[in-house]
Amino acid sequence: MSFLDIINQYDPQQVLAEIEACTSADVERALNSDRLGPKGLQALLSPAAEPFLEQMAQKAHAITQRRFGKTILLYAPLYVSNECTNGCVYCGFNATNKVPRKTLSLDEVEQEARAIHAQGFRHILLVTGESPKKVDNAYLAAVAERIKPYFSSISIEVYPMETKGYQQMVAAGVDGLTIYQETYNRELYAELHPFGQKRDYDFRLLTPERGGAAGLRRIGIGFLQGLGNFRTEAFFTGLHALFLAKHFWRSLISVSFPRMRPAEGCFQPPNPVTDPQLAQLICTMRLLVHDAGLVLSTRESAVLRDHLLPLGITQISAGSCTSPGGYSETEKSTEQFVIDDDRTPAEVEQMLRNKGYDPVWKDWDEAFLHKAG
Amino acid sequence: MDKLVIAGREFNSRLMVGTGKFSSNAAMVAAMEASGADIVTVALRRVDIDNPADDMLAHIDRERYLLLPNTSGARDAEEAIRLARLARAAGCEPWVKLEVTPDPYYLLPDPIETLKAAEVLVKEGFIVLPYINADPVLAKHLQEAGTATVMPLGAPIGTNKGVRTRDSIAIIIEQAIVPVVVDAGLGAPSHAAEAMEMGADAVLVNTALAVAENPGKMGAAFKKGVEAGREAYLAGLGAQSDRAEASSPLTGFLHND
Repeated sequence: MSFLDIINQYDPQQVLAEIEACTSADVERALNSDRLGPKGLQALLSPAAEPFLEQMAQKAHAITQRRFGKTILLYAPLYVSNECTNGCVYCGFNATNKVPRKTLSLDEVEQEARAIHAQGFRHILLVTGESPKKVDNAYLAAVAERIKPYFSSISIEVYPMETKGYQQMVAAGVDGLTIYQETYNRELYAELHPFGQKRDYDFRLLTPERGGAAGLRRIGIGFLQGLGNFRTEAFFTGLHALFLAKHFWRSLISVSFPRMRPAEGCFQPPNPVTDPQLAQLICTMRLLVHDAGLVLSTRESAVLRDHLLPLGITQISAGSCTSPGGYSETEKSTEQFVIDDDRTPAEVEQMLRNKGYDPVWKDWDEAFLHKAG
Repeated sequence: MDKLVIAGREFNSRLMVGTGKFSSNAAMVAAMEASGADIVTVALRRVDIDNPADDMLAHIDRERYLLLPNTSGARDAEEAIRLARLARAAGCEPWVKLEVTPDPYYLLPDPIETLKAAEVLVKEGFIVLPYINADPVLAKHLQEAGTATVMPLGAPIGTNKGVRTRDSIAIIIEQAIVPVVVDAGLGAPSHAAEAMEMGADAVLVNTALAVAENPGKMGAAFKKGVEAGREAYLAGLGAQSDRAEASSPLTGFLHND
């Protein structure tokens, strides 16, 4: 059984209709139950839940503190390549965009790793586009091997691999996988991914399962906010998280909240998500999956990030550069997206302390991945 | 009531009953019939499984009930496996309730030997329903090994104390990908209802029926308890309120423009 078997049972239109039909009584029932089922999930994602946002936030906050205490894990993304053969219409690195392309050499990767390490980070997220000829599994394995001495946890947010590829990553020292479905709506997915290997919705959807089967210990999912209707997208993301937590119970599931903002580029998100809706989304996800990591990146502004933290967030990035070579170069090249919170890691660390959180730089050890004999 | 599905087979009743400890076969049959059960367990050590004229087996209508042989009395995996194979050789369907209870006093299940036996029996094609302590991680290992259910105990067998392992059973129910049958310790219909309200897929009861003054009436009472609990679960219980009163609002920032 795979998540395909589950998602194929649903019609997104029907799901949206059900969500929009939820009443405040449904919301109260969901708020008062220990665990949300699909019905409760729909209720909290509904317009009817908007007046209950403060109560949702209080409960999400309490659950998060019980499970994670007053700690926030810090990580940094490391862009190793912006080569891409996909046509994702919303992405700055899309193959048709005329931007300078770069894949870091192993020496350049190490230089970046040193710069990030010097800022205090021990959790790193390797990021690439999808370009099988320029960036392959062997290259990524070599990158992981090279930066291993600097980091205790290495995650990847790259093109989807086969299970064998993930096994190769685990052997090279990678312990985490992040992969966003972008949109769970098939029709919209086809529209937004006109060409490239990413066109294959099913292969992408089953990526977390292949990663889990290969033994990756952290699996991160999410949808790109702004593309599809956020209520149905969040509903399917929630079901996906529940499915993964049940079937890959040795792995920690995390959910990210990347949001597209109306930007200077030509692509305007058709379904922009407002700040209160983002808050509703974070609280709902926490009430659904009490133990999942919830991740907020530097796409959001400093002020908003600081306020969203107590609603259930457990991991944040800081001082991120979203272009290959961005940490060690002085001259900035093209970024995948413009970051909004441009505080330094030290400033973010201080903010966390001021708000009563312990900033956690290391919460993993490479030793876990070494199997005896 | 909605159907219970185990290993692809549908059952109308979510109450399973055991056949041990009754004062007479007549009392056992009365309890079974009134309970509406579709699945009845039989201890292999108690019956002469080869012999259709066996005193107890002769009283069980094999057309009506799925006879679920159990390995009670087995002290380790090897003994349990041997018992299960004997039952299949005697013509039973390849269903087995796996019980490995080396401690003869509390009859608590041995997690290590149970997992070992389950792995072997699943490979041999058995549909395995393991009796376990309410241990969520063990439940996961067993479902990975391919068992058809997990059967966590509510309280030690025969104690009639109810769902004492409630918090752990709640975790098992939350996480399981196979049906969860609460087995052992349920002493009253309200206990069965409680397990079903929590979202258990079924319950198994034996002692509470066998030692009742009127086993037939108690079988009927448990039937109602199980149905009430299931219906309440499906209807969506209103949980007790623990609404937090906001001392420092967390969402005020959204309104400060």
